[in-house]
Amino acid sequence: MTTLLQSLLIAIRALRVNKMRALLTMLGIIIGIAAVIAMVAIGTGASKMISDQIASIGSNLLLVIPGSVTSGGMRSGSGGTPSLTYDDAKAIKAECPSVAEVAPTVRGSAQVVYGNQNWSTIVMGTTPEMLTVRDWPLVAGRNISQSDVDGSTKNCLVGQTVAESLFGSADPIGKIIRIKKIPFTVIGMLEHKGQSPQGQDQDDIIYIPLQTAQRKVFGSQFPNSVGAMMIQAQNAEVLKKAEEEITALLDQRHRIGPSRERDYTVRNLSEILAVSEQSSRVMSLLLGAVASISLIVGGIGIMNIMLVSVTERTREIGIRMAIGARQRDILLQFLTEAVLLTTCGGIIGIGVGVAGAMVVSKLMQWPTLISSEAIVIAFLFSAGVGVFFGFYPARKAAGLNPIDALRYE
Amino acid sequence: MNEVVRVTSVTKVYTMGDQRVEALKGISFSVGPGEFVAIMGASGSGKSTCMNMLGCLDVPTSGEYRLEDVNVGELSRNDLAEIRNKKLGFVFQGFNLLARTTARENVELPLVYARIPAAARREKAMAALAQVGLADRAGHYSNQLSGGQQQRVAIARALVNDPAIILADEPTGNLDSKTSEEIMGTFQRLNRQGITIIMVTHEPDIAAFTSRQIIFRDGLIISDTLNAAPRVAAPAPEQAS
Repeated sequence: MTTLLQSLLIAIRALRVNKMRALLTMLGIIIGIAAVIAMVAIGTGASKMISDQIASIGSNLLLVIPGSVTSGGMRSGSGGTPSLTYDDAKAIKAECPSVAEVAPTVRGSAQVVYGNQNWSTIVMGTTPEMLTVRDWPLVAGRNISQSDVDGSTKNCLVGQTVAESLFGSADPIGKIIRIKKIPFTVIGMLEHKGQSPQGQDQDDIIYIPLQTAQRKVFGSQFPNSVGAMMIQAQNAEVLKKAEEEITALLDQRHRIGPSRERDYTVRNLSEILAVSEQSSRVMSLLLGAVASISLIVGGIGIMNIMLVSVTERTREIGIRMAIGARQRDILLQFLTEAVLLTTCGGIIGIGVGVAGAMVVSKLMQWPTLISSEAIVIAFLFSAGVGVFFGFYPARKAAGLNPIDALRYE
Repeated sequence: MNEVVRVTSVTKVYTMGDQRVEALKGISFSVGPGEFVAIMGASGSGKSTCMNMLGCLDVPTSGEYRLEDVNVGELSRNDLAEIRNKKLGFVFQGFNLLARTTARENVELPLVYARIPAAARREKAMAALAQVGLADRAGHYSNQLSGGQQQRVAIARALVNDPAIILADEPTGNLDSKTSEEIMGTFQRLNRQGITIIMVTHEPDIAAFTSRQIIFRDGLIISDTLNAAPRVAAPAPEQAS
């Protein structure tokens, strides 16, 4: 321990002799560490943003959509047939134990008018479970009730974007709006939700009771059919099981067999979104990797200067050896010097990186996330760079022949 | 058996490229405790090679070198470093103090490698500096000292570990004659206190301060004579003050 302290003192003295050189050498590490810290902060910030968006969709979600069907040699895309019904939704809720809530939807776009304002938005018929499934509270008013659905009432919930566009800052509750010329009463306003992972404005929406949508707004030739169903599993562990239960049930209800193709698709939303999270993680890894290259370049700078330093101080090494320094002592001395250089550079670099990340998030409105983990790793890494790139010069110093070293001019 | 140094039929052969250089061709001598020996000879006579060997910086090609009855030729690099640290004190022609380091820190250096705690180090270093009359210069940096003072700091550094021998390689080579005499006075005084000193020099008037002269030529010892009446150095300043 005393030897380590002693080497540290010697190293500090040696570095103070060449302050400018030490600083320039450190600069490589400073830039490297700062780049890594800033890049990782930006990368994890982005991936945090995405995972927040994913959470905004709702958790443990499955999406059941009407499937493709082949008719007359033509294959329509997903959702091409009105194969799912409200009864399917009720059956899933009743018979699949892993399913917590089912929210069937009928979706369309419509012109909405209030006074002299009009707005084109998405109108979605659904059931009261929707808000639970999407984990989407109201800021005012009440949710659609089951009796609204059963009675096909003309009540609706509005998203923040719609509310702003139609009512400005006025309270929307109780106002009468016209959706496709049919008057609806606004009974509730949804909380602000923001962008979906696909970049759509989730607040630009109106929810109406499912049967109202089926029968009055988007009347179709299949009055009982629904579009997508959003299904929430009991928890994340049974998500897969819920998927299997739904598939089994729908296969039975739709008489799917060897001769009949599936007319619906079950999608795991979390899985889809996990992919985009994954890609952002890969992105931040990539940024980190690029930044690490500058660390390696900085390390090579350290090695270079340490080699110069060993040559310059050959005579000093000779003296130390003559008066009894062991090879280990010399090795430790130069290794300590290199590590001191890189860790000082690392600490400064962490400061610069954190400041840089803050500036980026301020100026560019880009979320950044600085984890203490990243800081600790960066610090250890800078020390590691010192050991790795300092070892060769230190070993060279320790391997000098004392006679030659003493004679060196 | 109470010899400090015993050298028996030692040879040293260097190969430089494809050239074989016989630096020592078989030398034997011994040095007893309390002797003050001058090793003399022209350059290339093998005296520096002999000195490196005595200083455990190098090992003989053949023959045997025993330092306080330890066969040095059998030791590893680490053991040699320890012997240099504990049993030998070096004084060089070029002083070889560390730059930007105070006199006391220079003197402490061997103790650092002997793993001696800081407080004890300081005490011993101050005692050694006092022995060479430089206690008041302990805090001066080596470049703030004159040549003679630097050499005396180097002597203090050589003394600090209570070595068996002090090895001095042309210790007056870089000094004027007055300062040289002062340094020789310091050596003589230390020798009178019982410290064994072996010194390489090529100047006969410096060798005259010693009590025994060994002369090398072409890798062999050609004479080994006692000096019954060594020249007495004028009192060194540290004694005067």
